[in-house]
Amino acid sequence: MDLRFSDADEAFRSELRAWLARVLPGLAPQPARDDWDARRVWDTDWQRQLFDAGYAGLNWPKEYGGQAAPPSQQLVFLEETTRARAPYVGVNFVGLLHAGPTIVAEGTPEQKAAHLPKILRGDEVWCQGFSEPGAGSDLASLRTRAVRDGDHYVVTGQKIWCSYGQIGDFGELLVRTNPDAPKHKGITWLMLPMDLPGIEVRPLKTVLGSSEFAELFLDEVRVPVDCRVGEENDGWRVTNVTLAFERGTAFVSDLVDATRLVEDLAPYVTDPAHRRELGHITADLDAIWALTKRNVTQSARGVVGRGPFMIKLAYSEVCQKMGELALRVLERNVLTVNAEGPFVEERLRSLAFTIAAGTSQIQRNILSERVLGMPREPR
Amino acid sequence: MNFDLSEDQIALRDGIRALVDGRFPMSRVREGFDRSVHEELAAAGVFSLRADGFAWTDAAVVYEELGRGLVPGPLVWCFGRKRVTTGFDASLIGATLVEFLGLVDDVVALSPNEQITRVVKASEIDAAERPEEWPLDPLTPVWRTDRPIGAGNQLDESFDDLWNAGALLTAAYCVGMADRLTEMAVAYAMERQQFDRPIGSFQAVKHICADMAVRAELARASVHTAACVMDDGTTGTLARAIAGAKLMAGEAAILNGRSATQVYGGMGFTWEVDVHLYLKRAWIFETQFGGGDHHADALAATMPTRT
Repeated sequence: MDLRFSDADEAFRSELRAWLARVLPGLAPQPARDDWDARRVWDTDWQRQLFDAGYAGLNWPKEYGGQAAPPSQQLVFLEETTRARAPYVGVNFVGLLHAGPTIVAEGTPEQKAAHLPKILRGDEVWCQGFSEPGAGSDLASLRTRAVRDGDHYVVTGQKIWCSYGQIGDFGELLVRTNPDAPKHKGITWLMLPMDLPGIEVRPLKTVLGSSEFAELFLDEVRVPVDCRVGEENDGWRVTNVTLAFERGTAFVSDLVDATRLVEDLAPYVTDPAHRRELGHITADLDAIWALTKRNVTQSARGVVGRGPFMIKLAYSEVCQKMGELALRVLERNVLTVNAEGPFVEERLRSLAFTIAAGTSQIQRNILSERVLGMPREPR
Repeated sequence: MNFDLSEDQIALRDGIRALVDGRFPMSRVREGFDRSVHEELAAAGVFSLRADGFAWTDAAVVYEELGRGLVPGPLVWCFGRKRVTTGFDASLIGATLVEFLGLVDDVVALSPNEQITRVVKASEIDAAERPEEWPLDPLTPVWRTDRPIGAGNQLDESFDDLWNAGALLTAAYCVGMADRLTEMAVAYAMERQQFDRPIGSFQAVKHICADMAVRAELARASVHTAACVMDDGTTGTLARAIAGAKLMAGEAAILNGRSATQVYGGMGFTWEVDVHLYLKRAWIFETQFGGGDHHADALAATMPTRT
């Protein structure tokens, strides 16, 4: 057990630090939060800068534009970008942390070549089409139908909670290809080109008053069979590859955001009782970061430990604790959302953290059943 | 960077676990601490790990196993000492309670207020003849001293060194307790039948167990971080790492003790089931090397303030 970084890692760190110091001052101001076209430009510009400097896709294979860097350098990257307050993935989230890793794991060579370099360069933005109005926690009960017609699937149905639906070039789409099979056995994972006829995107206004999500209405959309990732009816397994990834490391960058936020909040926290609570939140975040280091170490050796099942559960709850502390500390300044920094906005946003990507209750089910080996509730 | 147990550490862990399982079954643990416990652990090299060239990360691995088995005694105070030693960290002014006083050679006194470190022979301390009748933890007997303990001898170690080592090893022991409590609760929940099925199939019970596992794992990551920083101060901020470790591990042990009691239901309130012994020890450790409040304040002190 050793937290020391190698000389190569430290060299990587100093180069990165110097690069960040050079480019960050020239960054344009962040666009308005509901101006999605401008946000796309801003976030993908940053992604392109990372790519050109050799910092995109650190853990992706080299042949598709990644760096195949050791996990320790991924940690250094996160530490340094946090310290320097560099932008976070933004609208590239689904592509970089969700669809991309799925294609890396399950895509054909053609699919990899077509999408991975573009995602890394910021040329391709992805959105998500998993949840449905009737399929939330019970995602496998999804009903969006895909009927094979020659070289196409004809897709009809409705999706909800599509992250970045308004600006996505492609969507990761789960469809039912065999309605007669047990619910987990009839699902297929498709890449949905968002410019196909028959797709209607309606922004979904959230408690923030803005539209980070959209609803997707699909009316006989003809999706080429080439867009299928994995085998027909094997989509649930493919999805679990993605979800396992999501649970394990996709939240690392959110953790980075939370660490910044709590440091920004700290100067406002003066009351001794509030300071004490700040100490508890700091301990939680430090521990989650430490567990992340453990997960990264283990995953590099091909070990799946307990940690990946725990990060999202722990992280989402500490974010909400932090948000509650911010509201108490700011007192009447909370009456406008953006009066004192991003704290109130982040409190609102964090309401979703224990719901999205598997509620905390579902996370506890998974943890108790798959890690602790406890029996399933009768269902 | 390799933040996981090395092969040597896995072997060390398995070795000490075999020793604890073989030599310290709960039947013996329940008899409490005596010199034979000290002798066996000393012979196994538990207290001389540092002198024998082992790292703090190794010591954390070993003390976690002692905690898993709830091995009794002033084991943290004995670390690095040849004689059987207990200790306390409290103000030296006035009477106090000292754990294991009648069973040891030496008493180490750490006074956070005065930053004093000294060692006094137990025989020179003016204390009650018998231990208190109703100790919180039946395996941690306590003696009341009538007046401030004698001057004794100044120790070579600094207050900070003793405090950090004590907090780290106590936290490691707490991680072992928190992990064992999770195993016990899960096993009981899968065995105990109500409404014609194991209570562990109900989400209300499973979720308690899931939270226990998370607490233990986060606490372990915190303790291992602190141990790494003890071994190499350039890998982090020691004060912050130690405070985080003791806070997270102490909370994990206490909350998992309470949670296990709840999962065991009525049985958890009996003397016979071991859960209360773990919970009581966790409560006692909350009084040593800083409790949760102390360390939360220490952590907050590492965070920015308004200038």
